Amino acid sequence: MKRNWLSYPYLLWMLLFIFLPLLLVLFYSITVRTEEGISFTMEHFRRFLEPIYLRVLFRSVKLALISTLLCLLLGYPMAMILAGNHFKQKNIMVFLFVVPMWMNFLLRTYAWMTLLEKTGLINTFLSWLGLSPLNLLYTEEAVILGMVYNFLPFMVLPIYSVLSKIDKNLIEAAEDLGADGFTVFRKVIIPLSLPGVISGITMVFMPAVTTFVISRLLGGGQFTLIGNLIEQQFLLVGDWSFGSAISMVMMAVILLSIGVMSKYEKENEGGGLL
Amino acid sequence: MNKKGRLFLGVIMLMLVVLVLSSCGQDKRVVLNVYNWGDYIDESVIDTFEKKYNIRVNYDTFSTNEDMYVKIKSGGANYDVLFPSDYTIERMIKEDMLAKLDFNNIPNYKYIEERFKNLDYDPQNEYSVPYMWGTVGILYNKTMVDEPVTSWRILWDQKYNKQILMLDSQRDSIGVALKMLGYDMNTRNLEELEAAKEALIQQKPLVLAYVGDDVKDKMIAGEAALAVVWSGDAVNMKQESSDLEYALPREGSNLWFDAMVVPKTSKHKAEAEKFINFMCEPEIAFKNADYIDYSSPHREVKKMLDPALLNDPAAYPKEEDLVNYDIFKDLGDYLKVYDRIWTEVKAH
Amino acid sequence: MKRFLKKGYAALIYLFLYAPILILIVFSFNASKSRGTWAGFTFNWYLQLFKDRQIMKALSNTMIIAVLSAVIATVIGTAAAIGIHNMKRLKKTIVMNLTYIPVVNPDIVTGLSLMLLFVFSNFQLGFVSLLLAHITFNIPYVILSVMPKLKQLDKHLYEAALDLGATPFEAYRKVILPEIMPGVFTGLLLAFTLSVDDFVISFFTTGSGVSTLSIIIYSMARRGINPKINALSSLLFLTVLLLLIIVNLRMSGENKKKE
Repeated sequence: MKRNWLSYPYLLWMLLFIFLPLLLVLFYSITVRTEEGISFTMEHFRRFLEPIYLRVLFRSVKLALISTLLCLLLGYPMAMILAGNHFKQKNIMVFLFVVPMWMNFLLRTYAWMTLLEKTGLINTFLSWLGLSPLNLLYTEEAVILGMVYNFLPFMVLPIYSVLSKIDKNLIEAAEDLGADGFTVFRKVIIPLSLPGVISGITMVFMPAVTTFVISRLLGGGQFTLIGNLIEQQFLLVGDWSFGSAISMVMMAVILLSIGVMSKYEKENEGGGLL
Repeated sequence: MNKKGRLFLGVIMLMLVVLVLSSCGQDKRVVLNVYNWGDYIDESVIDTFEKKYNIRVNYDTFSTNEDMYVKIKSGGANYDVLFPSDYTIERMIKEDMLAKLDFNNIPNYKYIEERFKNLDYDPQNEYSVPYMWGTVGILYNKTMVDEPVTSWRILWDQKYNKQILMLDSQRDSIGVALKMLGYDMNTRNLEELEAAKEALIQQKPLVLAYVGDDVKDKMIAGEAALAVVWSGDAVNMKQESSDLEYALPREGSNLWFDAMVVPKTSKHKAEAEKFINFMCEPEIAFKNADYIDYSSPHREVKKMLDPALLNDPAAYPKEEDLVNYDIFKDLGDYLKVYDRIWTEVKAH
Repeated sequence: MKRFLKKGYAALIYLFLYAPILILIVFSFNASKSRGTWAGFTFNWYLQLFKDRQIMKALSNTMIIAVLSAVIATVIGTAAAIGIHNMKRLKKTIVMNLTYIPVVNPDIVTGLSLMLLFVFSNFQLGFVSLLLAHITFNIPYVILSVMPKLKQLDKHLYEAALDLGATPFEAYRKVILPEIMPGVFTGLLLAFTLSVDDFVISFFTTGSGVSTLSIIIYSMARRGINPKINALSSLLFLTVLLLLIIVNLRMSGENKKKE
């Protein structure tokens, strides 16, 4: 059955709308337009190596790592609870967990803007208690909170799906062999759930390190992340070459982290995320 | 299963047909793409225009001159009427991006006061029709600031830690720092600019946020004590909250003019001119000025406005008070330095 | 005790997830614009929402683009999946890896690279560029939803149909397509929701005043707190909830039938 041609429209499409655009990004990042025409240069990458921009990269990675870690710490127990048989209405529990994820993420971020403001609900509550209001919005913590809130399901769901596939006999066998609850957790459950943890980490880290919306809305333009830098270069300054160079760096960071992660990941045929 | 599949295909076909029909069935009126600042028009005026001239208006907004300019320059967007400020108009004229207006189609131009015509950015007044003008100053909350606000330096005062809002706009924020240091807002002196950069970086920890149009909402709600704002917004906010007051710092500030222009790429220049003319009709111009509270260059509007407003130095400052007020000029290639400095301040 | 702890923890996480959304919904009925205090009940913001031309236009844009891009991506993607399924091993691996590029690539890079392409080729940014961008990021998800169904397919089914006298086209339409239909349908739904939800790629590839809901929400959120957004949130939340309940009920119904 020769039906390869069925994929040709797709291949053409990808060539035109994925491959070519990425080539353009590469092209812009290594060229400079002068009066004599276009010439190749590494100056945009060199510019990125200035301390001020490296600090932006460092800040982005730092905030993304903290958010990922928080998601893991908050999410792993939640995944275990969802996977366990503690509730009669397990399906409904999982369903309820997924619902907020389908809500537009700008609205989810906006919700926190209204809560964290100086005159927002949290501070109103604090002053009702007689406490002085706190500076919550437009802080680094607010940005991290926004990331955790938006990306927590991406951590919980992969871990949950791996945990619920674990053979209960394995756990019983370990218990029969004299392992206590903690040992079972450490020696059986954690190693078996590792693939889920790894895909969870990747799925939280990637959007967190590339976001520009959360830092803009909850950081008030105070915390420039690498995504903000790119947006600024393309939409405000119009320096497409520098913007492209930063994008190339960002792609390198992403590919690197995926490479590191997939080294640990067991062979796992795609899908099963949602 | 087969039945289901067929049903499914049927639904898809139906959706496609409906979509194609609905997009074909849409009206054949000319569509005029208008690109304006956010919150810078009384939107009911657009409806009036549509009904009067049978032209459909596609209204879109931007938040700084810079992002509007990049959108137009990149060539991807198609707009017919723009509302840039002085220095951006100058730049767009230099780069041959604007179309010369046919003033025969804009008879209402006669209502514009003479002092707003033939300004430096458009010396022969061939490309632009003034829309609004104003200053940049400090809006402060009297319940949080009890000292008199007379200088830009107050924005560097430790006392107001995390209570200061700055504009997320490159020329305005660098300009404030330059004025605070006593320099010209159009300086090409690298040392002065580096000093301004250092000042802005030093100020950054005190700044609550770099804002755009959200400054109105924040200041009215009492989220911050001090904010750098455009004068019209200040008038508007003062009406909303009696706690707020506007001050023009003694070091001087920025005097600006926003005008309506038509980009060369416009395919509906005649309709665009109709729109500009319509915006200068006395009742319409009054409606807009009354709604957005910016200062109008329109002779008839001034007659209709509340006299109290005309005497408010925030809204209509006297010319003799505007010493040391710089009008932004296009910086040509030197703009790159401003770009770099603002990028570095924001990235810090 | 342990059970209690677990229930408590789960309750806290649900509170964390739902409290912000529920507060938005509650405050969409608040008569005052201020968000700290309750000033009485009103439907005013909902009325204003429906009167807002920009929002209503954006809503229709969002829906048209979501339906069109999902349908086109499903057609191209399903055909591609069948084609790829029939490829030799090496070629298949290469193409599948290429398919993962847009899935893995950061949205912002996909968005700006498409913007560069459109601007570079002098293509007007607007409705069509937005649609093309949405189709582009949707196709891989359709392929990834259809592929597993193709793998489950009995290899001899197609040959049997041919032996029984069907033309290749008939064999596909009457035998293969119905078998992979659940995967195609999942792909379509996924593409639709991704399109509705997308902000970053739309933000970079739109122009000339064509907005989607996400873009409008972003620019409104940047202008400060606006109760109209609250009203919009509660309507969207209700829609999402209803849709998910319908989909889940249907799926559990199907599962029961199979069992």
